[in-house]
Amino acid sequence: MKHAEMTPMERVLTTLSHKEPDRVPLFLMLTMHGAKELGLSIKEYFSKAENVAEGQKRLQKKYTSDCYYPFFYAPIEVEAFGAEVIYSEDGPPNSGLPVINNISDIKKLEAPRVENTKVLHKVLKSIEILKAESKGNLPIIGVAMSPFSLPVMQLGFEKYLELMHYHLDLFEHLMKINMAFCIDWANAQLAAGATAICYFDPVSSTTIVPKELYYKTGFQVAKQTIAKINGPTATHFASGNCLTLSGLLLQTGTAVVGVSAQENISELKQAFKNKLSVLGNLNGIEMRRWTKEEATNIVKGVIEKAASGGGFILADNHGEIPFQVKDETLLAIKEAVKKYGTYPIQKVQA
Amino acid sequence: MERLQSTSVQLEHALLSLDQEAAIQIVREAQGNNSPDIIAGELISSTLMRIGDSWELGNLSLSQVYMSGIICEKVIDKILPPQSPIRKSQPKMAIAVLEDFHLLGKRIIYSTLRASGFELVDLGGGLSIERLIDIVKAEDIKILLLSVLMLSSALRVKELKTQLHNSDVTIVVGGAPFRFDEQLWKEVNADYYGKDSSEALQIVQKIMGDRL
Repeated sequence: MKHAEMTPMERVLTTLSHKEPDRVPLFLMLTMHGAKELGLSIKEYFSKAENVAEGQKRLQKKYTSDCYYPFFYAPIEVEAFGAEVIYSEDGPPNSGLPVINNISDIKKLEAPRVENTKVLHKVLKSIEILKAESKGNLPIIGVAMSPFSLPVMQLGFEKYLELMHYHLDLFEHLMKINMAFCIDWANAQLAAGATAICYFDPVSSTTIVPKELYYKTGFQVAKQTIAKINGPTATHFASGNCLTLSGLLLQTGTAVVGVSAQENISELKQAFKNKLSVLGNLNGIEMRRWTKEEATNIVKGVIEKAASGGGFILADNHGEIPFQVKDETLLAIKEAVKKYGTYPIQKVQA
Repeated sequence: MERLQSTSVQLEHALLSLDQEAAIQIVREAQGNNSPDIIAGELISSTLMRIGDSWELGNLSLSQVYMSGIICEKVIDKILPPQSPIRKSQPKMAIAVLEDFHLLGKRIIYSTLRASGFELVDLGGGLSIERLIDIVKAEDIKILLLSVLMLSSALRVKELKTQLHNSDVTIVVGGAPFRFDEQLWKEVNADYYGKDSSEALQIVQKIMGDRL
């Protein structure tokens, strides 16, 4: 039986309750494409809340994505800690040299308060604008970097691994600082109107640290942090693997898990079935050179493997679609979701 | 050879347990029957290759590959110092991160190669194409290893290759964009692509062999 057409909010809430909505929800996690829509450079685009809000409105309308995604750029949080951000003409802004030069400097580090940090206010303002626009019909996804993953930008990866393995007291101290900041930041976004928080935690993926180490570190941090975030969270591994963490992820209190194209989507869906919703897992890097036919077939294949029973949102596997992905490809994805993502899912031979 | 294989298994266990003292002891004992270049080129390189392969298969994580490389680098520096004539330092080889500061991948490859008896120049990160070309020419680099994390940086390799077209510099690329799109390295005209530290080591061994 076909369902009546739902609003994006109804569609997403239905799938998150592990039931089948009218069609598969699509989260096109587009950030820099907003600059293209507005004819601005990436740097100019991210300089104002109004630009990002307008970019998100236009992108949502064009591709009928089931959310607004007012994510600016990954290093915005270390920018709040005083780090430099390096802009690119055709890629996401990057963090410059680490803000913590020596591990011992962690003792002196203080978390910025969101209310006093101007650079974060533009994100909050863009969420407020989108909240007014959405009238409660479109989920707005805020973003907070996990306290366990933020140190890669605060210290650099090498020093962070050294900290994690050999300086446990300072590691714990940094986690406390980062947790306080993450909770403050996530809750400020929720208060501004975000529906849920994407908790980016790539370092917790088994691609980066072994499960045993995750259990002692990232898992404990996630449990304590997510418990204090005043809304639902989606834990995203930004292309990292997580299949073997399924049991632990459930205990963190998260509702959704962002999964990698390098793991089997059928196995992921089975592992999380009726417990956590799966978000993914289109390969954003390959997407750059997909033809329309490839985009259609890949979307169809993922839907067939993962959409039945709900608990599934189609998205890219990284949480940010590369600037180089063409509009035609994104439109082909949108059309393929409409064609093959209507419930009940039909498995038709290509 | 069989003995070295069993030593390699012990060494792998010590590395994955982050037991540097045990790793030093294992290598010290192996030195009794083997020259430093055999220790680096066979014992350590085969151990690190296996660890790299296990990461590729999803059985180990990147932090384990990194820590293993760092420990091995420290161990091998004791028996094969950077200036040792036994180290394979010709043709001149360098490693860099193009444009940004995602340095971990570079560090892993650097450690793996050094621990396996190669000597190479670490050019660091945040390098523009122009700066990189200047360094390559000034330092007479013949093998350039590039580690990238960002897609936009990976795409710049094509421009770098074009600007170096009259030179005999071999470009080896690696990093996440190339792992997620295995056609990308050909598109940007790189000479080789190594999907992990194990492959990078095999590629360098091949290039060194071909160039000799």
